[in-house]
Amino acid sequence: MYSYSDFDAAFVAERNRQFRAQVERRLDGSLTEDEFKPLRLMNGLYLQLHAYMLRVAIPYGTISARQMRQLAHIAETWDKGYGHFTTRQNIQYNWPRLKDVPEMLDALAEVQMHAIQTSGNTIRNVTADHFAGAAADEVEDPRPYAELIRQWSTDHPEFQFLPRKFKVAVSGSEHDRAVIAFHDIGLRIVQKDGQTGFEVVVGGGLGRTPMIGKVINSFVPKEDLLAYIEAIVSVYNLLGRRDNKYKARIKITVHEHGIDDIRERVEARYAQIRPTFEGADQQMLGAIKSQFALPKFKQAATDAYDSRYENDVLFRSWADTNLTAHRDADHSIVTISLKKHGATPGDASADQMRAMAELAELYGYDELRISHEQNVILPHVHKSDLPAVYDALREAELATANIGLVSDIIACPGMDYCALATARSIPIAQEIANRFDELKMEHDIGHLKIKISGCINACGHHHVGHIGILGLDRGGVETYQITLGGDGTEGAALGTRTGPGFSAEEIVPAIERLVEAYMDHREGPDETFLAAYRRLGMEPFKAALYEDARAEAA
Amino acid sequence: MSVIVTDSGFGADDWAAPVVPMEEAGPGTTAVAVPSDAEPLALADFVSAQPDLMMIRINFPSHADGRGFTLARQLRLAGYEGRLRAEGHVIADQYAMARRSGFDEVEISDELAQRQPEDQWLFRADWKAHDYQSRLRG
Repeated sequence: MYSYSDFDAAFVAERNRQFRAQVERRLDGSLTEDEFKPLRLMNGLYLQLHAYMLRVAIPYGTISARQMRQLAHIAETWDKGYGHFTTRQNIQYNWPRLKDVPEMLDALAEVQMHAIQTSGNTIRNVTADHFAGAAADEVEDPRPYAELIRQWSTDHPEFQFLPRKFKVAVSGSEHDRAVIAFHDIGLRIVQKDGQTGFEVVVGGGLGRTPMIGKVINSFVPKEDLLAYIEAIVSVYNLLGRRDNKYKARIKITVHEHGIDDIRERVEARYAQIRPTFEGADQQMLGAIKSQFALPKFKQAATDAYDSRYENDVLFRSWADTNLTAHRDADHSIVTISLKKHGATPGDASADQMRAMAELAELYGYDELRISHEQNVILPHVHKSDLPAVYDALREAELATANIGLVSDIIACPGMDYCALATARSIPIAQEIANRFDELKMEHDIGHLKIKISGCINACGHHHVGHIGILGLDRGGVETYQITLGGDGTEGAALGTRTGPGFSAEEIVPAIERLVEAYMDHREGPDETFLAAYRRLGMEPFKAALYEDARAEAA
Repeated sequence: MSVIVTDSGFGADDWAAPVVPMEEAGPGTTAVAVPSDAEPLALADFVSAQPDLMMIRINFPSHADGRGFTLARQLRLAGYEGRLRAEGHVIADQYAMARRSGFDEVEISDELAQRQPEDQWLFRADWKAHDYQSRLRG
């Protein structure tokens, strides 16, 4: 894992000192509310529906046990005893008081964390594959590059007042777990003629105008990466629209000018910028890489795992659902579900955070990850330790066996917290999870991603849900539209709308009819919902949603 | 009137010659005013065609509009070595960004100078410290 250099530590301390002064200068009138707003946002502080919200960066989702414990401590000291893990691998505190925020930032700095550029029109927290370094299918660990980009983008003097927010994701695998096609810049590590480089995708995004990113360059050598992405952001800073915030993201810039025009501008800018990087960044990269060296993996028999798997149905169900193949055959990647049926997706209490920290210390080489799917991951656990891990998770109410299943829902905060929301999303997620839990069908249904957004800004990623749900306000009434066939992985696709929306009372039965239609039409348990939809098209699902409803009403 | 901010604090404007809009510049023009929506390639061509140019003043219509930072950087990368001034709604918190992007100085209104007095600007005058960019480019 990356540990701060003296430079990093001094930078964060100085930044906190500056923010403390900014809060004071807001209060004494030196800064107008208008001037203060982007400053607090670039330090992670939002104003939500009921209170401020502090969004803490967890760069590329990687965190140590000590850091997780500190997050628990912050939740208990300055918030209501819990935190919310987000789709950008961050954690949000929903109830801080403005006067406490500088202290919270200092507490974060104690464990080498910060809230810098988690908001505002800046380059946001860089995300990466949550299985990085552990996945069996990886070309190279993307996190050293993500860390290099974090340092480059932090307080970049040109890019603190961009037309709009700017998100970068990095993946090191063929299989895309970082949703790179839906980022302002998506980077995929590729090898060409024995050289490491990046396929660079630009202009993807969700929100009210969802777009799949386009390849701007199929191979940028790793030595040229910072200059190339600086060229992209520099072109965007001048060309991106500032007249309409809904048309200000780079996806619109790319759409309006065309990818060829953008590529030409970027190449011209790149030619100017490249000579300013003389190799110091590559030396830093080398030093960063050595900090991401894999732990020395434990060697031991796996009998304890095998016999528990054989004899305990519940353990087996959890193992089948929540474990992923590790690069070392005797280890597993453990995904801890923060999606207990009926709970708020992504929330964890301080006690749960501490329980997960302890497991990481005892069995997980002191490392945890946050996934964009709002779960927590122990990336390296020896199989012989899995029974103990499972037992401890059960005790902390963290052993829900539902990863990738119908109740593993991504949901935005919705009208329960957010000032922009037009409908509730958390309660809908809870009702869906509870309903399928009652039916005891989840494991038969298999892999199915439901994603819920409470407004068209799409923080719940509904466009890339196999089933997407979008909550809108229609004449003062919550209405939920359904999309089908979205995919945020390497098969990138946007969901297609089924037709008219459903009321809050109708939406859960509607989802149930959709799933029943899938169960009726699938060729077998191996054909997932998404595969069945791709084979069958919209018709049988539309019929189940609308005709069956009419038949029932008649 | 206005105040000129440099690393040593507030000062009066010592530039006496007229500052003319880009489109009115001609032979002998020594200073031009550049809007924030200037096209960077055209700007670079313009600058190289004006041998007498000694000062470029880039406007910031709002503190939330960061185009001026990239324009300054582009001018420096294109080889412009004359005086470069940021003018308009630039706040003290942006002073280090302006300097790091290639500006020599910032021109602010008396009103802003009163609301954000000199000490708030000097607080950010150590712009060479804590700078990731210079670290990565060495």
